[in-house]
Amino acid sequence: MSHCSLLCQFFISEISAGIRLQCTVCHGTARMGNKQTIFTSQQLDAYQDCTYFTRKEILRLFHRYRDLAPQLVPLDYTNEPDVRLPYELIGSMPELKDNPFRQRIAEVFSEDGQGNMTLDDFLDMFSVMSEMAPRDLKAYYAFKIYDFNNDDFICKSDLEKTLNKLTRNELTEDEVRMVCEKVIDEADLDNDGRLSLEDFQHMILRAPDFLSTFHIRI
Amino acid sequence: MLVKSELFMHATHHRQALFSQAMVYCCDIIIIIIIIIIIITHTHGQPHARLLRRRMPRHKLIASESDVSIEVDEGKDKESCVYYVEVEENCERGKIKQASRDGKRRRERNGETRRKASEKRTNEGESKKAEKKHEKGHRTARKAGEKHGKRQRRKNAGEEDAEDKSSKEKKNMKNEKNKTLKLEEEKEKDVRKKKRKHVKNEEDETNHEKTKQHLKEEKRRKKRKKPETTSESESKSESESASESESKNSPAVGVLGSLTPEELENLKEAVEERKKLITQLKGKPWPMRRKLVVLRESQEFVEKYEGALGKGKGRKLYAYKVMMMKKWMKFQRDFENFKTACIPWEMKIKEIESHFGSSVASYFIFLRWMYGINMILFGLTFGLVMVPEALMGKPYGSLPRKTVPREEEASAMNFAVLWDFGGYAKYSVLFYGYYNSQRAIGWLKFRMPLSYFLVGVGTVAYSYMVVIRTMARNANEEGGGDDTSFNFSWKTFTSWDYLIGNPETADNKFASITTSFKEAIVEEQESRKDDNIHLTRFLRVLANFLVLCCLAGSGYLIYFVVRRSQKFALEGLENYGWWERNEVNMVMSLLGMFCPMLFDVISTLENYHPRIALQWQLGRIFALFLGNLYTFIIALMDAIQLKRAEEEIVKKNMTIWQANLYNGTVPDNSTAPPLTVHPADVPRGPCWETMVGQEFVRLIISDTMTTYITLLIGDFMRAVLVRFLNNCWCWDLEYGFPSYSEFDVSGNVLGLIFNQGMIWMGAFYAPCLPALNLLRLHVSMYLQCWAVMCCNVPQERVFKASGSNNFYMAMLLVILFLSTLPAIYTIVSIPPSFDCGPFSGKPRMFDVIQETLETDFPAWFSKVFSYASNPGLVLPFLLLLVLAIYYLQSTSKTYKRVNMELKKKLQAQNEENKKKNKLAALKAASDLEQARKAGEQRRNSISDLGVNEENPESHVSSSHTSRPPASRGHTSSGHLPGHPQQPQKNSKKR
Repeated sequence: MSHCSLLCQFFISEISAGIRLQCTVCHGTARMGNKQTIFTSQQLDAYQDCTYFTRKEILRLFHRYRDLAPQLVPLDYTNEPDVRLPYELIGSMPELKDNPFRQRIAEVFSEDGQGNMTLDDFLDMFSVMSEMAPRDLKAYYAFKIYDFNNDDFICKSDLEKTLNKLTRNELTEDEVRMVCEKVIDEADLDNDGRLSLEDFQHMILRAPDFLSTFHIRI
Repeated sequence: MLVKSELFMHATHHRQALFSQAMVYCCDIIIIIIIIIIIITHTHGQPHARLLRRRMPRHKLIASESDVSIEVDEGKDKESCVYYVEVEENCERGKIKQASRDGKRRRERNGETRRKASEKRTNEGESKKAEKKHEKGHRTARKAGEKHGKRQRRKNAGEEDAEDKSSKEKKNMKNEKNKTLKLEEEKEKDVRKKKRKHVKNEEDETNHEKTKQHLKEEKRRKKRKKPETTSESESKSESESASESESKNSPAVGVLGSLTPEELENLKEAVEERKKLITQLKGKPWPMRRKLVVLRESQEFVEKYEGALGKGKGRKLYAYKVMMMKKWMKFQRDFENFKTACIPWEMKIKEIESHFGSSVASYFIFLRWMYGINMILFGLTFGLVMVPEALMGKPYGSLPRKTVPREEEASAMNFAVLWDFGGYAKYSVLFYGYYNSQRAIGWLKFRMPLSYFLVGVGTVAYSYMVVIRTMARNANEEGGGDDTSFNFSWKTFTSWDYLIGNPETADNKFASITTSFKEAIVEEQESRKDDNIHLTRFLRVLANFLVLCCLAGSGYLIYFVVRRSQKFALEGLENYGWWERNEVNMVMSLLGMFCPMLFDVISTLENYHPRIALQWQLGRIFALFLGNLYTFIIALMDAIQLKRAEEEIVKKNMTIWQANLYNGTVPDNSTAPPLTVHPADVPRGPCWETMVGQEFVRLIISDTMTTYITLLIGDFMRAVLVRFLNNCWCWDLEYGFPSYSEFDVSGNVLGLIFNQGMIWMGAFYAPCLPALNLLRLHVSMYLQCWAVMCCNVPQERVFKASGSNNFYMAMLLVILFLSTLPAIYTIVSIPPSFDCGPFSGKPRMFDVIQETLETDFPAWFSKVFSYASNPGLVLPFLLLLVLAIYYLQSTSKTYKRVNMELKKKLQAQNEENKKKNKLAALKAASDLEQARKAGEQRRNSISDLGVNEENPESHVSSSHTSRPPASRGHTSSGHLPGHPQQPQKNSKKR
């Protein structure tokens, strides 16, 4: 008896799963009247687990990504195509266009380190920059962004670059040097003449408006 | 529980239920395995096969009782893909070993080809990328491999007894009993075993070597993984350990039925760890690809082993719990999605944010927040007061308080009267006076007066709660921001506002950052000296004096106007024009408009730093608004006193009028039914509550109107004029004098706060106020968004929003408190009107509580309440509260002090560390110097020795030309065969 019911249940559940499968794959947005599948529900769930976005936001971000180069990015991401958008396109987004650190941001978040981004990188970037991301995560990526030469330390040359980008080279060399010295003097705890990740976190996590300024709303 | 809730989301509950049953009837597993095999082979080749495979509950069904672990070796080239399957049945223990032996043998058989593949991999797998790709391919191919493997297995079996198998399939479909199947399975295995023995005998030796090689391969792969991870953060090691634990556990799970409790515990822990990992995955600083891989892995792991936990009945319960958790998680996520979808104006605010930076956007976020609060207030008053009265209360015209009096009837529908909230608007649910004092209305027996009172109290209580909670949250978010030790670092790393997406704003931001740096540098170099401190002091005193004069003048003006308007009201408003009727509101609005400008002009005298100047400005405007509001309230109190005097007269007249009525018509017969007089003709009191409500509503309306009109004229018209007159004007209007207006964040926020204060004050007497306010906020959201985007320019001084956020909140709290004071005063100390409102006929408004307690609750309750409310209990309670507050405050003080001390200690330690480090660095440098010298000496001596043996010319060339002398200390020491020890020690010290 129990076997019977078990088997029946199994078949029913299989069949219903099959039916549901047909129904639930359509998680794209309806455009021009016909439904378009962009992600499977598994993909969407995975993205929701890995980012701070909701389903709607993920879809919106996808469309933002696609709008950068509609001819390159397919509308069907169910088989995870390997598409990269060049930095020139990413950097021209209105959210990044006026940011002095846009190139660094793109480089840090892109997998190849050149600023060319896949959709995953793109989502990752805006997830970290979103309001929901915690301080620690933001601090980690901020450190990476300000670490221009990728040596895991913010040294004087990095600081000079940061300052010049922030002020558009309007400070004199002496002033820049002085500010760099002051920064290192303030934040360098282990006194090796450069800021390690710990130094940076120690400093930045106390900053009153780090959280409010280090985020991009999209 | 929370950790448990991080489960795989997409599994369905059908399967889950099935799963729980499968746990109990373990013998049925074999049937299911076979069915799966059938289904997989059937579905293979179909277009949706991939998806279907993903949805198959293989892990649960198979892994729960019998572990099928599949490994797929996939070389770079697809041609050399080899899959093998390892089946472990654990229904009977004896089978396990046998099955594993089976798998081994199979592996051995496949060893040849696999080795080829693995060799290829080792050649190519050096680079990280290839490794990653391989990992991914490994995982995706695993599923495919499983299927293939099964098919292969079936083939193997099928070669010998195809008949047997087909008959078995048929029997399956007919739901044969499992015992026969088991027998068949065993037979099958025996046959396979025999066959494999032959194979084994043939190539025994070579295969042994190959398996060993394979194991080594595995080890090497693991090792290769490790250096990759160490470069990343520590968090990765967590996952590493988790995966290690998985690999440790996976063989154990295969024999789950015989697991010891400790092992089960371990497994449980591993599963919990995985779940934790899934929840924390968002916060890991990994690239997305890795996150996805880890997610998939851990989901698979959890899915695989979760069902295996628990025992007997507990197992069923566990499965049920897991299922509920899953559903709950799914619901939570959907709810979260829904919630974010419900937040309005997100895109609008985003656009503004990118154009004007975070400070302007903070106003709109504040506005939205306010809108939310008013939505709740509106829901309360509308749902619990206005709608019940309109639906269930007595209809219009049934009572004197619900009808327009005879003398007003003619003009009751005129627009001017309605706009003034007189006429029909006054005698409607919008105002206090319309409500009847009947204790319960309608078939629901709705306690109207009680509801009215509780809603009035509830709105205020809710507002307090929300404001304080928000303040607390904001305070939490702000880390200790007053620390000035990181001045330059913060300026460098946090001054750029990443929200800015507009070139003009970006320009302003660049400029302001540059100036702030320059200021800071100047301040750092020398503490700034004021050249003429007396002059600035004098100017500041003068400015404050002027401001005080302004405030006093505006206060007097309002008081004067209110008194005058009362005079007008007494004489009858019909004789006066529009100005006289709206004088109070207009004067208040105009003062609110022009005084801030005046203050702005005055503040230029003071020469403060812009941030301090902003605070002064805010404080002054706040004082102005507050003064205006309070003069208005005082004047209103006067008006209330007047109305109450009038009411007394009316009361007297009323009795005379009633006596006349009865005397004139029915002289003697007291039992006769009372005469029906049309309610419009009944004389009535002035109803001061409605008057107060009307005043507030008018104030809100006029305030809204002035805001909108100033917006249109001050911003829009100015922008239009500047834009179009610029072509035919003698100076540049756009960059010259009038220019475009900036968005005044502080002024707007203050306006919003005071508006809210008026709502809180007036909502008790005019239940329509929250609705009106909601309308106003809604309109102003759109209007102001539009105005900001089309006619304002970004601020030149870009301020940060975060610091002032709680400042605004604090102001809101103050206003809330100040606005509840008069409302509470009127409720508690002034008796309600005798013929209007829900509390008519009671000596005080709050008596409604007493009444409810007496009539609606059992007797003992009111007794208890009366005991509880006697001063003997209340006073100690209050005392206790005060003590608690005192205690909490003192503890918080001590915490603060401890915090400060710790901070100091930390700083001291840091400095000490710095000193120590410096010393150490110096010492190390000197050591190095010494070592270098020593090394040089030695080398010289050695080379001298060498030179002595060979010719002298080579010595010169080797020591001087081939190597730069500076780097010799480091590099040469290792090369020297004889004396490597000492320099190394030194370098280690460093």
